[in-house]
Amino acid sequence: MAVLELTNISKHFGAIQAVNDVSLSIEPGQVVGLMGDNGAGKSTLVKMIAGNFRPSHGAMQMDGKELILHKPAEARQHGIEIVHQDLALCNNLTAAANVFLGRELRRGMGPFRILDYASMYKRAGQLFAELKSETRPRDLVKQMSGGQRQAVAIARTMLSQAKIVLMDEPTAAISVRQVAEVLNLIRHLRDQGISVVLISHRMPDVFTVADRVIVMRRGRKVADKTIASSSPEEVTGLITGAIEQV
Amino acid sequence: MALTIDQPIEQKQQSLPARLFASQTFWVVIAVILACLFLSFATDAFATSKNLYNITRNITFVAIIALGMTFVIITGGIDLSVGSVLCLSSMVLAVTMHAGYSIEVGILASIATALAIGAFNGILIAYLGFPPFVVTLGMLSIARSLAMVASNNTVVFQFGPDHAKLLALGGGAWVFGIANPVLYMILLALITGFILRWTKFGRHIFAIGGNEHAATLTGVPVRQIKVAVYMISALSAGIAGIVQTGWLGAVTTNLGTGMELQVIAATVIGGANLAGGVGTAFGAIVGAALIEVIRNSLGLLGINAFWQGVFIGGAILLAVLFDRIRNFRRSE
Repeated sequence: MAVLELTNISKHFGAIQAVNDVSLSIEPGQVVGLMGDNGAGKSTLVKMIAGNFRPSHGAMQMDGKELILHKPAEARQHGIEIVHQDLALCNNLTAAANVFLGRELRRGMGPFRILDYASMYKRAGQLFAELKSETRPRDLVKQMSGGQRQAVAIARTMLSQAKIVLMDEPTAAISVRQVAEVLNLIRHLRDQGISVVLISHRMPDVFTVADRVIVMRRGRKVADKTIASSSPEEVTGLITGAIEQV
Repeated sequence: MALTIDQPIEQKQQSLPARLFASQTFWVVIAVILACLFLSFATDAFATSKNLYNITRNITFVAIIALGMTFVIITGGIDLSVGSVLCLSSMVLAVTMHAGYSIEVGILASIATALAIGAFNGILIAYLGFPPFVVTLGMLSIARSLAMVASNNTVVFQFGPDHAKLLALGGGAWVFGIANPVLYMILLALITGFILRWTKFGRHIFAIGGNEHAATLTGVPVRQIKVAVYMISALSAGIAGIVQTGWLGAVTTNLGTGMELQVIAATVIGGANLAGGVGTAFGAIVGAALIEVIRNSLGLLGINAFWQGVFIGGAILLAVLFDRIRNFRRSE
């Protein structure tokens, strides 16, 4: 059964039709590349899944149940996690502090609850180990490489039982070596049965790591096929409009 | 590679002395100690118990407010209204007690005034998006004006039936001959340090200063916390006002004039970063101490008091210079 299913989703802002009648389903443990030019509607679509926008028309279902989101916190409660393009990290805090930001572990009773540093370091260390990342929980984020920073942002999504992780351009601003590191992180998420929606401009990344590619153009879904049955040339054609639809 | 237990331990051991040398607060402590040693030898008057009693007590008023200011500065904000809030709180206390109410009522009214002003500042800043500089600059003017209104711009020096209690509260020395204000300062510093290091609230304050957008995205209640820090800052000014009233035994409407700059100087010298995300309780105290030791030493060494500003300004620039040098080195 699909973990997330969108049926005839549309979103318009006044006269502008940002997303037009899009249906798609995402299976557990699947990596889906979401591609399209600027203004194709990728971000709007993702923001509806993340609870930032409500769809104008259409319905979303999670595990077969109706999904209505009013704000991002509700998406989180349903197991939808986001890795923001700018990663949303605080440079002045440690890796562990960033992983637990807003969800700090505490010990003690009633009003006398204090931060549980030991448990947070330990759990963050476990998450980094699961991600096969060499990030250390006590290091300050400001001293980290782009790949390590990604690991911190991704570890954050694994704190609660995430079902879907939405990643917004995770490889846009990092070095070639770090890209490989991030793609590995995505594979580790998939291996744990988590679905990943990868929004990217970079063709090689999508073709390396994704199982499926969805292409959007002018608010419509113009292609939805397995990576094996597509090619970078075809996807480029679909993005630019040289190929109408498949 | 799996994380072994030795790694973090090893790393911590390595970084302890390194962290100490990299800390601005550490160097300021060294500066304070050296200055004290120098003054003990250079002058007869410095190392007397009376002078030390005076220094420690003089530190406290700036230091107590600097503790509150530290919260604001860590979030990346600023509070210019503390000097005026100190004056207004003192005046509310004085006027209330002068009217015949007990010290408890006076203190309650004074604290409530301070908290209301802090909440007003915080709400304008957090919910209406006003720049902190502008809001608190406005409040600097408003609060002092209100103090004049409350007292009709007179000096209040009679505090009704609890007059003696108030003077004992601020001027006494209840434990081991340590001036009461110093005890309050130590207690408040411990509370501040605890909040910053061990509570979720403290953690969120640092997060807001580091990256406010990220804090919002991760579900930190940014607005509520911002209101809280301005209330804490005003509260610290209120407490300092109450203690100072008891110590001075009189309140005038120019009490605390220009104090906001001394307080900000103390926090910055102690290592807080005006850009946000950095600051400690200990730093605020040490910064206040350095300023007071400079002031005291100029007097003892017979240097014209007009030079005070030059030396204190120089200390601010020097402290920040250390920080810049460290950053240059790191980026190279």
